[in-house]
Amino acid sequence: MTDYNFAYLDEQTKRMIRRAILKGLAIPGYQVPFASREMPMPYGWGTGGVQVSAATLTPDDTFKVIDQGADDTTNAVSIRQFFEKTADVETTTETSEATVIQTRHRIPEEPLSEDQILVYQVPIPEPLRFLEPRETETRKMHALEEYGLMHVKLYEDISRHGHIATAYAYPVKVEGRYVMDPSPIPKFDNPKMEMAAIQLFGAGREQRIYALPPYTKVVSLDFEDHPFDPSKAPHPCGLCGAEHSYLDEVITDDQGGRMFVCSDTDYCEKRRAAGHVGTLTQEAAA
Amino acid sequence: MTPLLSVKDVAKYYGPHIGCTDVSFDLYPGEVMGIVGESGSGKSTLLNCLAGHLPADRGEVFFDTRVDGPRDTLKMREPERRLLGRTDWAFVHQHARDGLRMGVSAGGNVGERLMAVGARNYGDIRANAQDWLGRVEIDASRIDDRPTTFSGGMQQRLQIARNLVTGPRLVFMDEPTGGLDVSVQARLLDLLRGLVRDLGLSAIIVTHDLAVVRLLADRLMVMKSGHVVESGLTDQVLDDPQHAYTQLLVSSVLQV
Repeated sequence: MTDYNFAYLDEQTKRMIRRAILKGLAIPGYQVPFASREMPMPYGWGTGGVQVSAATLTPDDTFKVIDQGADDTTNAVSIRQFFEKTADVETTTETSEATVIQTRHRIPEEPLSEDQILVYQVPIPEPLRFLEPRETETRKMHALEEYGLMHVKLYEDISRHGHIATAYAYPVKVEGRYVMDPSPIPKFDNPKMEMAAIQLFGAGREQRIYALPPYTKVVSLDFEDHPFDPSKAPHPCGLCGAEHSYLDEVITDDQGGRMFVCSDTDYCEKRRAAGHVGTLTQEAAA
Repeated sequence: MTPLLSVKDVAKYYGPHIGCTDVSFDLYPGEVMGIVGESGSGKSTLLNCLAGHLPADRGEVFFDTRVDGPRDTLKMREPERRLLGRTDWAFVHQHARDGLRMGVSAGGNVGERLMAVGARNYGDIRANAQDWLGRVEIDASRIDDRPTTFSGGMQQRLQIARNLVTGPRLVFMDEPTGGLDVSVQARLLDLLRGLVRDLGLSAIIVTHDLAVVRLLADRLMVMKSGHVVESGLTDQVLDDPQHAYTQLLVSSVLQV
């Protein structure tokens, strides 16, 4: 073991964060202010998510970190190592094995269960930020449920692009009350937010925590004549052939060559292990 | 007949200084009231108190709400007052930039109030915005342009469209023609007069320009150092001023 207190933060800090989390769970979608600590990583690398994870982890937990769906990117690897070192918890890349999953910008493809917690890293928790710069005013708008402005943003999208062009951080209404920024997950993931697992959102620089209890009603905002559309690239995964997973476009050469692969690496690997093949794997085998 | 707005003994102090005090009047449906006075006479303070932008220190402001009849807006809860502010009331700022969202297209600006009261059909909102741009003489092809690309007069007209789109019954105007050149002023006044008459709006217009009230206002209130020094029918006050200050004000107008 190391000389760190369990999960890096001191007990009083974790207590403070847990109180914020409980308050957030009691008022789904409400942004609870908390005294965010400096973490040994730069802002924008998930300092909010890391603090929430630190306050949530117990020694018996199994921890998984994903960054844009992948387990093996810099951000995911360094946060996983951070908790291996400071909390000595088990880590995994398998979604179903994990009890706490910290994520940056994706929800795993595999449905989560009631004994799991999903922790999001949030850069900007305030959905109204770029429409109304005054924080005093946005807080009042949340308090008084004045959300007309959110639709102005969607209106602008349609008038400029002919459809709602917001593709990530797509605003949602929680339990018919608070409008919430779901962190920059693709809008493809929005319908998955009504799930069995607890979802916690931590914004370190902005010092806000918010939460969704299991099975909370989450509705993506839209217009009657321009309904919400959780779109994705119209391709199957090139490696595992999955038709209904979120895909990354990978440029393979400078001749215009590209491939579409699952952004959730664990999901893709499991499918390939189960014998699913995509067009690219078939070509490689041939 | 119930007055649309009934103001009783409203006062606002800035520390020891008087903002405005002892203001009482009734405004009836369809009536336009002008408030004139020099800079610092408390006319904008009064308007902001009436519109709920500033908390008044004393007095009562009864507004004849559609559902509950006359209610004291100063004692209303804030959500109710803000709801009034985007349904039955409208506020036209002197500087269009204060009343518009400069980063949002003209159509979005007009549509905002509609969406704020629950409109969720893009086609309807856009048709409504287009209709209102037409009414304030802005070309329909400019609907997707931002107000930053508009001239001062167009911005002011856009602000008026944005305010009137939800069919308010009472419009507060703070120097609506300030900062515009005379020919644009004349067009704007003509437009305002038409809209006020067609829609049967009640309005309170704060200005220091006597020509504006002569053209628009039925009644006039003259303010000086936070007090109302004279009030009455517009023509009566302007043609036969009684108070020394009103006489000064009327005689100060340059004749071309």
